[in-house]
Amino acid sequence: MRRLRSLEDNPRRVAGLMMLIVAVLTAVPFPALGQEDPTQGVRVKLSFKDEAGETQPAVGVGVIVTTADGTELGAGVTGDDGEFVLATDTGPMTVSIDPSTLPEGVSLRDTEVTSRNIVVDTGRVAIALFPLQVGDGPIDTGSNITARQVLQLTLEGIKLGLFLAMGAIGLSLIFGTTGLVNFAHAEMVTWGMFAAFVAEGAATAVGLGGTKTGTILFASIAAMLVGGATGYLLDGAIFSRLRKRGTSLIAQMVVTIGLGILARYVILYFFGGSSRFFKSVSGQSAMRIGLVEITPSDLISVGLSIGVLVLVGLALQRTRIGRAMRAVADNRDLAESSGIDVQRVIRLVWVAGGALAALGGVFLGQADQVQWETGTRILLLIFAGVTLGGLGTAYGALVGCLMIGLGIQVSTLWIPSELKNLGALFLMVFILLIRPQGILGRKQRIG
Amino acid sequence: MPADMATIAHEPGVSKPDPVLAVEGMRRTFGGLVAVDVDKLEVQRGVITALIGPNGAGKTTFFNLLTGFDQADEGSKAFNGSSIVGKSPHQLARMGMVRTFQLTKSLTKLSVIDNMKLGAKGQRGESFLTSIIPPLWIAQEREIEARAEDLLRRFKLDHMRNEYAGTLSGGQRKLLEMARALMSNPSVICLDEPMAGVNPALTQSLLEHVKSLREEGITVIFVEHDMDVVRDISDWVVVMAEGRIIAEGPHETIGKNQAVIDAYLGAHHDAPLSFEEEEEQLAAAMSALAETDQGEADPAGRSTEEEE
Amino acid sequence: MTALLAAVDWGQIGTLTVSAGLGVDAMVFAMAAMGLNIHFGYTGLLNFGHVGFMAVGGYGVGIAIATWGWNPYLGLVLGVVFALILALLLGVPTLRLRADYLAIVTIAASEIIRFLARSTTLRPWTRGTEGLNEFAGEFYALNPFKATFYDWGPFFFTGNNLFIILIGWGFTLLLALLIWQLMRSPWGRVLKAIREDEDAARALGKNAYWYKLQALMLGGAIGGIAGMLQVIAKSTVQPDTFQPVITFFIWTVLILGGVGRVWSPIVGSMIFWGLLALVENVLRQFVTEGFIPPSIMDQNQVGIFRFMAVGIGLMTLMVYRPQGIFGSREEMALDAR
Repeated sequence: MRRLRSLEDNPRRVAGLMMLIVAVLTAVPFPALGQEDPTQGVRVKLSFKDEAGETQPAVGVGVIVTTADGTELGAGVTGDDGEFVLATDTGPMTVSIDPSTLPEGVSLRDTEVTSRNIVVDTGRVAIALFPLQVGDGPIDTGSNITARQVLQLTLEGIKLGLFLAMGAIGLSLIFGTTGLVNFAHAEMVTWGMFAAFVAEGAATAVGLGGTKTGTILFASIAAMLVGGATGYLLDGAIFSRLRKRGTSLIAQMVVTIGLGILARYVILYFFGGSSRFFKSVSGQSAMRIGLVEITPSDLISVGLSIGVLVLVGLALQRTRIGRAMRAVADNRDLAESSGIDVQRVIRLVWVAGGALAALGGVFLGQADQVQWETGTRILLLIFAGVTLGGLGTAYGALVGCLMIGLGIQVSTLWIPSELKNLGALFLMVFILLIRPQGILGRKQRIG
Repeated sequence: MPADMATIAHEPGVSKPDPVLAVEGMRRTFGGLVAVDVDKLEVQRGVITALIGPNGAGKTTFFNLLTGFDQADEGSKAFNGSSIVGKSPHQLARMGMVRTFQLTKSLTKLSVIDNMKLGAKGQRGESFLTSIIPPLWIAQEREIEARAEDLLRRFKLDHMRNEYAGTLSGGQRKLLEMARALMSNPSVICLDEPMAGVNPALTQSLLEHVKSLREEGITVIFVEHDMDVVRDISDWVVVMAEGRIIAEGPHETIGKNQAVIDAYLGAHHDAPLSFEEEEEQLAAAMSALAETDQGEADPAGRSTEEEE
Repeated sequence: MTALLAAVDWGQIGTLTVSAGLGVDAMVFAMAAMGLNIHFGYTGLLNFGHVGFMAVGGYGVGIAIATWGWNPYLGLVLGVVFALILALLLGVPTLRLRADYLAIVTIAASEIIRFLARSTTLRPWTRGTEGLNEFAGEFYALNPFKATFYDWGPFFFTGNNLFIILIGWGFTLLLALLIWQLMRSPWGRVLKAIREDEDAARALGKNAYWYKLQALMLGGAIGGIAGMLQVIAKSTVQPDTFQPVITFFIWTVLILGGVGRVWSPIVGSMIFWGLLALVENVLRQFVTEGFIPPSIMDQNQVGIFRFMAVGIGLMTLMVYRPQGIFGSREEMALDAR
């Protein structure tokens, strides 16, 4: 604690420390990372659902990749996982498959499309999709909604909502206490995710943690520490100083945009564009609980996130510092004049927000994948949750995110799942228009 | 004071012989809090009306309601006899009612002369299509510029003509805001605390400008805390407390009004005040009372110093 | 050290830098930033979804020609109409709200547009993630530069590239002149007044809402034209070229040049793309020559490093030189008072 305080007293040293960290990060190579898969190129993944509804890879299908002017870049067949991957330069490519090499009884859903035009961007793996089906004719996807589906999607929705809420609470509290819309907050989620990924790798390498559960627990705690420290440094080295200088909120918001871009590409720089998984939890098969299925790790994540959110709620309600946070969010001037150290409260909000976002990142990474673009993908969903619940309140962020998560997942019963995020965005826009204070927020007196 | 004001009864909500503004049954609530609840108020044309009251009395909210920046929950308001309920601020400004703000809103990154020119009404060059063709508006622009320069000279801001408005001092900004409002040739001008934050050297000049508005036939309504100012320039005083109008009359009678004294002295029972604010209000109330006993201080001689 | 530096082909780097500063990207971003300048620089509107205007412009021209087989000129008109409609859809409901709400709504709108363009639901019109390709040919039929390549000293252009660059920069200059005229007119004065203080403008009889809507439409239409130029230059319109990060690059360009100045988008864009090319090519050569060991940076990472530099650049600019290259320090200081 004393060490933290001495850093706080000396912002220049904090900045220096940050530079040092960046320098160390830049100097340490990650030779093990980024070599399993190309970070830039083309990926074809072929799979189909068999009669039992299980996903099966389509093995041994011929694939050819050409440039836009027809030069062949590579050819091959899909492997045991139904995947064919090729590292390429950037630019437009054409990926073709040979339908005659498809497994017995499997056909292209769209029989005319045997090639796809895609564009490979810097640091990205462009994916060419070829939907397959068993049999020849168009299959009846069925419009019967079963109770099992509804329950399963509700569970998925709650899961997504809880994980989003971990990121949203910090965003909301930072807005509440400083008025700043932090566009970099979703990158804190990615940041935590990768911190856990590195910690997991390190723990496995030195045999720390022992069991898989121990390893991932260690990684989660490490991620929270990194997230909290990042929040501390960001406020200490950048935002507290900008506030002191009287930099406008709009200018600060642009700074967060720059920060977000930087964070995202730093991660891409060191970890590459391909998806990774937490090895200690990957490959778990889902357990059946009643009518629904969930993997053990997701179940633990859901339980932990509920626990953490309850703790946050209790802390805001019962502890002195929690009450101070709410007071500052409610009326900063009044809080300041009643003797609350507003700057300290804001610093703590950044630390707590960073740690929570990082933990949310670990959960998201376990449930899905560890991917550098996670932050970009969830940024607007988090915003949607926060605005839905009412900007600036922690409970609002939680309720809003749960609604967004449920809305996204359950809506796939009726709309194509590729459009599921659209509903959330439309809902956010709609809420901003008709009730900008959110469903839990209250109207503010004007003037 | 204009002669026809002398005959009016000194009671809240009294009718005026020639009202330019008339408000009836206006209510505005925020959640459960009633901010403004005015049964009736008429504002006499061509006089200077002061709106006073303790902190939190609802003066600024009432101003916002009058000028269209906020909409009342219920009630009617009329300008020159026609209803202006639901009209937006820019519509009211075009009808001839302009306002200034308690915290000056000088457009900091526009030059002083541009601030002034913005105030003019009916500019042809302000529509998108004509703005591309200068011949359509350049003559009018020159006219406006000449008028703006006249006003700047009158307000002694002509030496700042090409400076950014943001470089002006607080008092100069108040002057600029008033001058800018005058560019629209208003018939009613509403000043929200015109003297707040102005250094004493400029106060006198501002007061003279306000008084000269009356001579030009402009109706002035202003919110003010400083009782000296109120005594100095107002023809009629309206007192608000807790959202209601509790007294009306010339300032000589206001100081003796029991409701007013109660409102000021009792204010700290209702509103959470800091020690300083409370002191200030007590002092103001005391000096108001003391002053009326001594009789009217006569400021009339000073208006002859006016430039025009 | 000197040997290594001598191994680097500085002439080629210079050429590439200048080419990038004058190239298609610089031209497109200059025009897009001009639209954003009307929004943010002159009217103070926080538009964080500018790429959405580019997308609807690009898709307008693409769908009209490739999907519906319209006359290419009508396609250009449709692109602008789409941008104007988007401005109305965004502006009518949101311009009464707080500034930061507009920011969230616009960024959401730009993502909604991208999702829709990708979706299989709209596939008959947009061809999903593959996008539309057969529409630019009719414009290039007008190209007077018939040779495939033009090799001028160190500079090298394809005929089609030269055509679109010249048209694009010419149009950018014309628009800059138009904006210059608009902003010295009373109309522009009202916009700037709204930027400084909306309530003050309203109190002076200006219909702030209507002016903001006009500004949103004008800037949006210019963004749409930028999008059209981009898709014609690249002969393809694809949903994933309209990522939110493009909006932020446009912001960087605008802030680099200096917000609220007529020429800043053009100069800002030239410097932005020139600098990116400079950084990239210097690093590439350093990597090739072994000046930077591959364990620290490989050729792939050079491209990524550019984006990191944009992030750092945007932050540093905003903190240390918010007025951009050409803005005045004094003017910025007024904001803090």
